[in-house]
Amino acid sequence: MPTSPARYSRSIDWPTVLLFLLMVGLGWLNVYAASYSPDAPANPLSTLSFQELMGFNWFKQILWIGTSIVLIVILLVIDYKAYDTFAFVLYGVMIALLIITPFIARPIAGSRSWLELGPVRLQPAEFAKFITALAASRYMAGINLRQQNFRDQLVLAGLTLLPPLLIVAANETGQALVFGAFLLAYFREGMSPLILLILAAAGLILILALLVPKLWLVGAFTVLLGLVFAFNSRVMRHHLPLSLSVWAVVIGMVFGVDFFFNNVLQPHQRKRIEVLINPSADPLGVGWNVTQSKIAIGSGGLAGKGFLQGTQTKFDFVPEQSTDFIFCTVGEEWGWVGTMTTIILFMALLARIVYVAERQKSVFGRTYGYCVASIIFFHFCVNIGMTIGLAPVVGIPLPFFSYGGSSLWSFTTLLFILLAIDAYRKQDLERY
Amino acid sequence: MQYLEGRKYVIQAIFLAVALVFATRLFYIQVLDGSYKLAADRNTLQRIVQTPYRGLIYDRKGQILVQNTPVYDLMVTPREVKQLDTLRFCQVLQLPLEEVRTALKAARAFSRVKASPLIQNLSTPELAAIQDNLIDFPGFTIKSRMARSYNTHTLAHALGYVGSIPPAFLEKPKYSKYQAGDFLGITGLESYYEEQLMGRRGVQYRMVNVRGIEKGAFRGGEFDTLSVAGQDLHLSIDSELQAYGELLMQGKRGSIVAIDPKTGEILAFVSAPNFDPATLSGKGMGNRYMDLLNNPERPLFNRPLMATYPPGSVFKLVNELVAMQMGVVTASTGFPCNQRLVRCTHNHEYPSNVGIAIKNSCNPYFYQVMRAAVMRGRSTNRFEDARLGLGEWRRQVMKFGLGDRLGVDMSQEKKGLIPSPDFYDKRNGFHRWNYRTVYSLSIGQGEIGITGLQMANVLATIANRGFYYTPHFVKSVGQGGPLPQFRERHTVGVDPAHFEALIPGMQAVVDGRGGTGSLASLAEFGISVAGKTGTVQNPHGDDHATFAAFAPAEDPKIAIAVFIENAGFGGTSAAPMAALMMEKYLRGNIAPWRKRWEFWLQGPAEKFVRHR
Repeated sequence: MPTSPARYSRSIDWPTVLLFLLMVGLGWLNVYAASYSPDAPANPLSTLSFQELMGFNWFKQILWIGTSIVLIVILLVIDYKAYDTFAFVLYGVMIALLIITPFIARPIAGSRSWLELGPVRLQPAEFAKFITALAASRYMAGINLRQQNFRDQLVLAGLTLLPPLLIVAANETGQALVFGAFLLAYFREGMSPLILLILAAAGLILILALLVPKLWLVGAFTVLLGLVFAFNSRVMRHHLPLSLSVWAVVIGMVFGVDFFFNNVLQPHQRKRIEVLINPSADPLGVGWNVTQSKIAIGSGGLAGKGFLQGTQTKFDFVPEQSTDFIFCTVGEEWGWVGTMTTIILFMALLARIVYVAERQKSVFGRTYGYCVASIIFFHFCVNIGMTIGLAPVVGIPLPFFSYGGSSLWSFTTLLFILLAIDAYRKQDLERY
Repeated sequence: MQYLEGRKYVIQAIFLAVALVFATRLFYIQVLDGSYKLAADRNTLQRIVQTPYRGLIYDRKGQILVQNTPVYDLMVTPREVKQLDTLRFCQVLQLPLEEVRTALKAARAFSRVKASPLIQNLSTPELAAIQDNLIDFPGFTIKSRMARSYNTHTLAHALGYVGSIPPAFLEKPKYSKYQAGDFLGITGLESYYEEQLMGRRGVQYRMVNVRGIEKGAFRGGEFDTLSVAGQDLHLSIDSELQAYGELLMQGKRGSIVAIDPKTGEILAFVSAPNFDPATLSGKGMGNRYMDLLNNPERPLFNRPLMATYPPGSVFKLVNELVAMQMGVVTASTGFPCNQRLVRCTHNHEYPSNVGIAIKNSCNPYFYQVMRAAVMRGRSTNRFEDARLGLGEWRRQVMKFGLGDRLGVDMSQEKKGLIPSPDFYDKRNGFHRWNYRTVYSLSIGQGEIGITGLQMANVLATIANRGFYYTPHFVKSVGQGGPLPQFRERHTVGVDPAHFEALIPGMQAVVDGRGGTGSLASLAEFGISVAGKTGTVQNPHGDDHATFAAFAPAEDPKIAIAVFIENAGFGGTSAAPMAALMMEKYLRGNIAPWRKRWEFWLQGPAEKFVRHR
């Protein structure tokens, strides 16, 4: 350790640590409520054996939190340079793990993505996030994204896309989508905003194509283009071929939606999108989750039903309640006050991470910081969005709140590598 | 590099935008939209309704007439039914295939997840026969409930019956407490006293989890209510007298109504032909109901309450009382038996006073009594005079509870008809009718219609010398006595002295020499019967026989009206039947030497008619 523990401790960003502890603590309370059973003995810690306690998620979550603290200490003690130096090595090991996992893993819930090491189950896909973030940041530090070197961009794209492709192959589409979040970090480092805009426009067209009759959509778009031509002849003279090809692409997309929907998406994925548009499409399947989750959150009211008082929670109406749908418990038992507290905590954490990222002097540190913010933001978006019916049901957890060792460890690692890098930034200064 | 730093604001703006969308959406579904709270309650709350024990029905002497016994419904939950072999199911459980098929179809249409009845009203032995085999057929369960059972074979019309609530009723606010499949009184006393008999339903709110497993009471049972058993009804009906009346009326059509004049309590209420009340309870009730409905003798028809006939000569009593009250005649007024006015069927002495006229039921006498009451000379125009007079006469007559519902504790009661001047204006034209048009009313014939119950009530009024209590079946609801409206005395606006003047004539009908109702005499027991015979002209066939009476004349304990369709002269059949009923009630039994009257009275009505 290069500096004294006291000096080192002063250089740690304590606001982030505090936010982390708050979120994990509140998360545990809700996991307890979600896995609480009215029939269980009143004082389980003293009456039940360890084996019996291991049947409760809230108890296992205590173990995961404990091990996470150990993990944090290790992460902070490791020399920050190791993350930089071994980024590509870790990336290589991770890719190898992702490739072999489907062959050696037992199928669990339809996907072969869990590795079993004795009593512990790990999902390599969870760790792919921070490792890819490290590797991408490392690569970013060596190139200049703004100079539009096609080779560099291609390598970066390949670096980012390889893990999600392998994860999709293991049938964990939700985890793969998370990698889309890297775009936000790349945007900060100089990626053309056009890419974000085009993706946003494509998303909008896809959604509209599902909601609005296709001919209307095509007609409206054609009329819009015609109006631009009519009022601005310069555009017509100079950009006619481009405009027409955009028009053709849009038309193609509108009519391609059906093909994509019916032939590319798997039936269960198709249903999740259908349910988003019409929750009664599959009332006892995916629609059940969405409906019950909305009922749980909606019935919380302003102040909630009170800790352990949620009927939706207690009586198992929402499936996956301590993991992906933990936000339901927050909404039902703590009401709008609780959900707003959660959202404000996330906003505060994200703002703090952006602040920490911006004060990094190295491109590596800054890029990694934005990757952390983007990944957490993506989870926040999709997880809460799905519980209130604004996003399709995608099986990804709510960071720090959801029950689960892999997910807690992976988010802890993600966050505390940033804090480790941040804590050494002064040393950085001394060196260069 | 510097300008790229601005992009941190873009990124944070994206974060904030999403957070704002979430905050708004959450505010909407959590705070503004209340429907999710209801949905959460619907998920977990199960409302268990406890139907209370329906009140019992007792007779005048405390004998139980109607009680509850457990019956069982075979229920089916379509979703849980697995690969049902309907044919085998019906063979094993000995159920009719067609009925099962249609009920299964109806159950599926109603709900796939809720249980609906497949076969209702299985008795305990029937249940025992199928219960063991039921285990092989998932989705079929047994639900027990209470059904009516009867300790009597009589009184079906008054008791009414209980059946499952018609779907159309469920939408009416009056029946908001009922659920589909609940039972309620459909007719008779079961229907009129439904509220008292039903009691109060208990409701328990239980919480269930997603698999429907109970997880305890909602909020510790704060909203639960206990069921309160229905109140018992204590009838004024004397079931021995009732059974005796039904026996006497066997094979005939008609009615007997007996009232205790002092209280208005109905002692016997016979409607013939009748049926066993158990017919409309238990398994197969629907089919038996249809049989009764299609029976040409119309046994479901509640004759004492719904059949209106001209009262015949009995009505002469009312006519005389009204005229005396108007002051146009007195007890000693005499009128000639002038056969040119109206034919008199009886050959008799000169009607020099009302007693002689009543004893002989002299038609011309009462023709002239009513003419005196109607034609008062209020107008020089005799058409207008008849109009004014009839209106006045009708108001007086209606005070006897005629021409309108009495308000007995049973629905379906018919008003009867006392024709008004408007009635004749409409039929004959204004000023196109006079007393000659309406004179049949004076002898209780023509357009007039009254029910058996009304006739008995008129006799109760005469017995009381001028007042009546609305006739009623229920002496006491629980321990609380009759309903308040039955404790109210109704006076008919006729001086008691006029009744005293009339009653000797009625006694002479029974006990006087050559009285038309001599077969009703109970003089041998020292009981003086006051009565009046009637023979109602029937354009469709043989005349109807009536006899109305009360006894003992000086301290009346029973007023009775007997009506036998197509039995000819009232004195032949109706009078002895009334006598037997009064003897039974007043003495408790029939003297052995009078048993011959029972034989005489049994059988169809034709034998009483002497064809000329």
